[in-house]
Amino acid sequence: MKYVIVGNGVASVGAIEGIRRADPDGEILVISEESTPTYGRPLISYLLAGKIGPERMPLRPITFYDKFKVKMALGSKVVSLDAKAKTVSTDDGNTHPYDKLLLATGGVPFVPPLPGKDGSGVYSFTTLANAETLVDVAKNCKTAVVVGGGLIGLKAAEALHDRGVKVSIVELAPRVLSAAFDDKAGGLVAKRLAEVGIDVHCGTQATEIKRDESGTIVGVHLKDGSFLPAQAVVIAIGVVPAAALAKDAGIKVDRGVVVDERLASSDPAVFAAGDVAQAKDLILDDNRVVPIWPNAFNQGFYAGKNMAGADSPYLGGLAMNSIAFYGLPTVSVGIVNPAPGEAGIELSETLDEENATYRKLVFKDGKLVGYVLVGDIDNAGLYTGFIRFKFPLDADTKAKLVSGCPSILQWPEGFFDEKFNPVGAQEIV
Amino acid sequence: MAFAPINKNYHDFFVVRDKDACINCQVCVRQCSYGVHYWDEARQCVRHDNTKCIGCHRCEAYCPTQALLIQEKPSNFKPNALWRPVFIKNVYKQADSGGVLLAGMGSPVDIPVYWDKLLLDASQVTNPSIDPLREPMELRTYLGSKPTRLEFETTPEGPRLKTPTKPNIKLNIPIMFSAMSFGSINFNLHVAMARAATEVGTYYNTGEGGLHESLYKYGPNTIVQVASGRFGVHSDYLNAGAAIEIKIGQGAKPGIGGHLPGEKINAMVSETRMVPLGSDAISPAPHHDIYSIEDLHQLIYALKEASDYKKPVSVKIAAVHNVAAIASGVVRAGADIVAIDGMRGGTGAAPAMIRDNVGIPIELALASVDQRLRDEGIRNDASVVVAGGTRCSADVIKAIALGADAVYIATAALLAVGCTLCARCYTGKCPWGIATNDPYLAKRQNPDIAAKKMANLMKAWAHEIEEMLGGMGLNSIESLRGNRDKLRAVGLSQSEMDILGVKPAGR
Amino acid sequence: MKKIYPNKAVCIGCHLCEVACVTAHSKSKDIILAHNVEKAQEGLAPRRNVAQEGPVCVALSCRHCEEPMCVAACISGALTKNPETGRCEYNEEQCVGCWSCLMACPFGSIRRHPVKEKIIKCDLCAGRDMPACVEACPNAGLIYEDRGKD
Repeated sequence: MKYVIVGNGVASVGAIEGIRRADPDGEILVISEESTPTYGRPLISYLLAGKIGPERMPLRPITFYDKFKVKMALGSKVVSLDAKAKTVSTDDGNTHPYDKLLLATGGVPFVPPLPGKDGSGVYSFTTLANAETLVDVAKNCKTAVVVGGGLIGLKAAEALHDRGVKVSIVELAPRVLSAAFDDKAGGLVAKRLAEVGIDVHCGTQATEIKRDESGTIVGVHLKDGSFLPAQAVVIAIGVVPAAALAKDAGIKVDRGVVVDERLASSDPAVFAAGDVAQAKDLILDDNRVVPIWPNAFNQGFYAGKNMAGADSPYLGGLAMNSIAFYGLPTVSVGIVNPAPGEAGIELSETLDEENATYRKLVFKDGKLVGYVLVGDIDNAGLYTGFIRFKFPLDADTKAKLVSGCPSILQWPEGFFDEKFNPVGAQEIV
Repeated sequence: MAFAPINKNYHDFFVVRDKDACINCQVCVRQCSYGVHYWDEARQCVRHDNTKCIGCHRCEAYCPTQALLIQEKPSNFKPNALWRPVFIKNVYKQADSGGVLLAGMGSPVDIPVYWDKLLLDASQVTNPSIDPLREPMELRTYLGSKPTRLEFETTPEGPRLKTPTKPNIKLNIPIMFSAMSFGSINFNLHVAMARAATEVGTYYNTGEGGLHESLYKYGPNTIVQVASGRFGVHSDYLNAGAAIEIKIGQGAKPGIGGHLPGEKINAMVSETRMVPLGSDAISPAPHHDIYSIEDLHQLIYALKEASDYKKPVSVKIAAVHNVAAIASGVVRAGADIVAIDGMRGGTGAAPAMIRDNVGIPIELALASVDQRLRDEGIRNDASVVVAGGTRCSADVIKAIALGADAVYIATAALLAVGCTLCARCYTGKCPWGIATNDPYLAKRQNPDIAAKKMANLMKAWAHEIEEMLGGMGLNSIESLRGNRDKLRAVGLSQSEMDILGVKPAGR
Repeated sequence: MKKIYPNKAVCIGCHLCEVACVTAHSKSKDIILAHNVEKAQEGLAPRRNVAQEGPVCVALSCRHCEEPMCVAACISGALTKNPETGRCEYNEEQCVGCWSCLMACPFGSIRRHPVKEKIIKCDLCAGRDMPACVEACPNAGLIYEDRGKD
């Protein structure tokens, strides 16, 4: 069996580990445009902030690829996929045959049609190369504007700020972190950012990146009429699935590559995982692109197992984000911003502004489906468990969750022993 | 608190905490069910309130740094041979409460322990001793009525026993677990006793609280008890065990009944005892249908009838003054086993005055009962089992030499699972998880561990008994039974030796 | 693989497992120094924790899942599943304190280090034959054995 994996993000690592669970010997080839082995992509903000050095970037030790018997073709871009012939061709002129192919190409940063976006001084922030560039940029840059107040934008802003750059964030939505968090959590984060001296401009958008005659950026015009002086602009609005290869090969693509429970695309020999895949969601019970790290690993892992012949259905991804802003930890899992008026929804919010702690729980039809924690995040995993295992909640348990005291001992009878103490469950007679 | 009631400061124990060794882990706080140890928020350390300590030593046993020592508080009172501190404190308590002084476990009072005054014989030169590791040693014991003589007849197939025999139960070791009701001790320990009895081939006694259906599978090693409250008694129960015991009296509290407070009646106890949840379970002092030996005879035969004459019926009485005559009546009433419970026997709850002042020591009771039954020629009609204060295998072997067929142990079994004889069983707060049905405390007795420990104790004693028997040149416990020549007395009066039927040491 | 199985029927909630865990993971390996000195200086905390609801308690820590959510969520490579031993291994050096694993573990088995921006989790007492918590449990509430897969 020959496996080819396109991309070397976390889905790729997941796939390697997944394949090896079921097939210890099949040939695995990883082809990646990037020239480094898999690194912790979210670590780029830590690198840019100077919190870690480049030696900490690799996601797996260098021995990993040998140990898992993986061949790497790095710095090599797959330009076409021939699904009929079962081959992929790369820009260096090679053609690689496969028995099973995994598309783990991830996403590409979305750059809006903003006047002045073309030219020097405008950066994305999704790759190690981006981060290395920005490390250099930060040395000679006094002020910068980050377009996009989502997770990537905020982490980019924080990192640049740590490098001594005066940063402003521009966000179209009325608050930062509009997708993953709600008003109150966004408010606490915005407050923390303001405290450290990062400007946040919400409810407006960049209209033009202003350049001088030499083409050097001088600042950003906003829709509200204000002008933010800057020498650099980071565009961090989001990523779109890099699904072109699949689309061109005639594989079904919606927002991303549509995959079934086994992570197989419309072509049974081609699988997809990670930010490029439109896969099952645990709560919503339909297929969505949820470009987050743990889903990418898990999808890769399940794709790998299924490519290697195991019939192992993927139970679905769960949207989750954990980010800390200047020591203020935040966690957001599942549905946190239900549509107003949605049936069966019940919310509980507990805000302590003084201690910068916030807890929001979202219940649907008597089950926990999402939560946000800011500040005190120690019970996050337990809440995640209640979502993941879809426990129906009685009034007592619900009250305990709401009061911030989830416990494994609130699990339904029998489930504890199934998970923690299987076999010989405790009949004491 | 600036002022504490007079009696509060006369507590019995105090806690010594080694501050250098204490790691403030709060294990003691969680283990103490009396609230002695607590976390002091203001000082951010563990502290204690000596007045609440009952001396159970649970904290001491669980402290991971041996930082704790529980000590008896030296008396605050001027020495007085008559008014010893215990009497003074009792008066203070009763002046406060106006109530009966309650006590648990066996009597701690200083009444002669005759076991300690009796010494065993051993073989030297003239008859060889036996090494039980090399030669067979028989501890097997049958309890129940034996025929006076055996008659055989000759048939073409060979000789055949003509005499009808009565049901007996077979013990691999002449020791059984004595009656401790489900409710007074918790279910985990009943499970443990049942398993241990099964493992070593002996019996445990349900006590008067009935038998939970889930334990019926241990029936071949169970003696079911019928007491004055008739708790949990029904046809299935009577047939679930290997023998049935009628409890007339208990050594720790002869003449009075029992009282299991409603707080101890949880769902399982309620179901088993067939009493309402949370209601007090009161056993009357007498059986309301027994006012004579004839009445007892009726109950014995009612139970035999109910169990199809397949199970021996035991009658348990407390050792009281004229125990010999009573035992004789019991045997004549049809009992297959007479169990005699001495005054040092344990209890879950008894009035302290009764526990400490009523009844007689088991050694004297046993000797006089055995002698009386022999004198009347009815010794073989019933087996004699003794209970109440058996501390070690030597006590067991002395009891057998005095005439017992087997011994019941209960306090020793509880000690095996951690009991420290703090004697507060009646509070339901047993920190060792024994005399409590509080689910937080009861699980301190892991049935797997408890069963192992109880079985270990039985096995250890059996080994020692074999050694001592072999030393006497005997290879069967039968040869020792009632063989008082194997005993000599030290420090006893002539009349005590007469009752015990033993010679003084040296003669 | 051998794992630690907690039995809530007999867990008495004494927390001696936590005491043992802290000691086993201290520098001095001395129970008193670990608690009275190192805990304050270096923020030692137990990797196993006792949960309690009413009278029921149980001592919980990492299950070393067959398909660990923490490893999936780890952005730094600090958490990995060792294919040979089956253990979910944690390399503190690599951890950046993003709390993704803490969020992802549905068993709540991962905690924040009391002082460092790192996590702490059970390592099954790497280097010991018998995990310290199991050894310390006075009531066989923790059993270390191989019950087959997961």
